[in-house]
Amino acid sequence: MSETMLRVEDLVVRYGDIQAVKGISFQVERGEILALVGANGAGKTTTLRALSGMQPCEGSVMLEDRGLRGLSPDEILRLGLSHVPEGRGIFGGLTVMENLQLGAWIRRDKAARTRDLGMVMDIFPRLRERATQLAGTLSGGEQQMLAVGRALMSKAKILILDEPSMGLAPKLVQEIFSVIRQLNEKGTTILLVEQNANMALRLAHRACLLETGNLVLEGPASELLTNPRVREAYLGAG
Amino acid sequence: MDYFAQQAINAIQLGSIYALIALGYSMVYGVLVMINFAHGDVFMVSSFFCFLLLLVLPVPFIAALLIVMLATAILGVCIERLAYRPLRNAPRVSAIITALGCGLVIQNTTLSISPYSQRMPELFTPVTWNFAGLTISSLQILIVGISVGLMLALDFFIRKTRYGMAMRAIAQDRVTVPLMGVPVNQVIAVTFAIGAALGGAAGVLYASAYPVISATMGVLVGWKAFVAAVIGGIGNVRGAVLGAYLLGAVEVFTVTVLPSTYRDLVVYTLLLVILIFKPYGLLGRPAVQKV
Ligand SMILES: Nc1ncnc2c1ncn2[C@@H]1O[C@H](COP(=O)(O)OP(=O)(O)OP(=O)(O)O)[C@@H](O)[C@H]1O
Ligand SMILES: [Mg+2]
Repeated sequence: MSETMLRVEDLVVRYGDIQAVKGISFQVERGEILALVGANGAGKTTTLRALSGMQPCEGSVMLEDRGLRGLSPDEILRLGLSHVPEGRGIFGGLTVMENLQLGAWIRRDKAARTRDLGMVMDIFPRLRERATQLAGTLSGGEQQMLAVGRALMSKAKILILDEPSMGLAPKLVQEIFSVIRQLNEKGTTILLVEQNANMALRLAHRACLLETGNLVLEGPASELLTNPRVREAYLGAG
Repeated sequence: MDYFAQQAINAIQLGSIYALIALGYSMVYGVLVMINFAHGDVFMVSSFFCFLLLLVLPVPFIAALLIVMLATAILGVCIERLAYRPLRNAPRVSAIITALGCGLVIQNTTLSISPYSQRMPELFTPVTWNFAGLTISSLQILIVGISVGLMLALDFFIRKTRYGMAMRAIAQDRVTVPLMGVPVNQVIAVTFAIGAALGGAAGVLYASAYPVISATMGVLVGWKAFVAAVIGGIGNVRGAVLGAYLLGAVEVFTVTVLPSTYRDLVVYTLLLVILIFKPYGLLGRPAVQKV
């Protein structure tokens, strides 16, 4: 089995005439956390949308040995890539439980689904307490937990997370990050997009820096954390 | 008093048929934010399906109902697949014109085959009962019973099943649903199938209650059902049922006190008044704008 989980080559994404992602290449190895960091408008969300099939793109995207380009989001999820979108994408008019069930849509095995529901609720006890409540009534942090929990229900091989810390209080950010670490330790490969570069680089194994649609730096996360260019631009240190 | 109660029974019968049609408008609007203007003509053509079926093969009532519902569901799915899906991301106006066009095609095809009204053969020989001064026929009970049964089944389907859950999710956020692995096109096709099948049931029930059918029925009856869906809050299935029974009652009771030519005037005035005070209908809520 190959060690590379996701291999992206010469990815180009356009909105009309504008190239938002200008031919980037990177790969995510099996079992690692790769952080993709960059300023507002760098093209992070656009990249993730292309990977999960929400946005047409050029170039090549391989999940293990399967090409993903041109497939629909539901086909890509079935192959094992689960995307937690920016802004969480919670269905506010459905209950917490229904949101989780929707996350398990592609899985037929009822016993395994029930077991994983228990697993997700052990990770996020708050969701168990609120299971029958409408998801729209959850706080921002609880919604983020639901979004991650829902993605776990698909039993994907690789989880891609778009700004899981967005809009959360520092304590909740830590909670979410520690869950991401636990999931990774249990074997889930993770591609993490973050504005909060400081925390993301401390959590990740490797990282890529995106600037206006170009990949400008790639390396071990600890190196990016100390790189003067990164520190100056994203970590607020001179 | 007896007269009043008798009219109430008629109102419930008419409201039940309106409700079955209104549900189709409302369900499609819920998932696609689109008004399926062809739906009234789908209802109309289903009564012709029933007419043709009985010409060829005089099957019992329930069999006719099921066969026509199936045929109409297939028609609904074909319309979605061939006419609406290619335009799903086109400007709103294109979808409206296409839907109106589909309705015209169905209506004129029917007209060309059957330029005159047709007398529906009797599907069912009703028994009537006199009860405390009221006359109730077994046909009325059948119509109301089947309608209410279908509505309860639909309500269960939407609240409790996988596909129902997916429909509610699509109604809220069509962009995120595919990320859950839900095949959106399939769910939309199922929505059209169910909406059209209910319209088909309405076609059979309408033709048994008012056994003269014509190609313009889709415009006359279908539009009323659309008004009912709007009064209830389009996109909301319980609202559609509420609006339909309200409309049925208003129509029937208007005619008991005013000349029947006032009926539509009263109906559309009611629509305007309700929309002034409740712009999204009785049970509707404003759509949340998604960025
Ligand atoms: N739907 C769209 N249509 C046109 N341009 C878009 C669209 N979405 C994004 N863009 C543009 O593409 C570029 C990259 O946007 P993207 O959302 O990928 O950035 P990002 O790195 O995720 O930023 P942020 O950190 O603010 O979320 C931006 O210049 C943005 O204006
Ligand atoms: Mg973004």
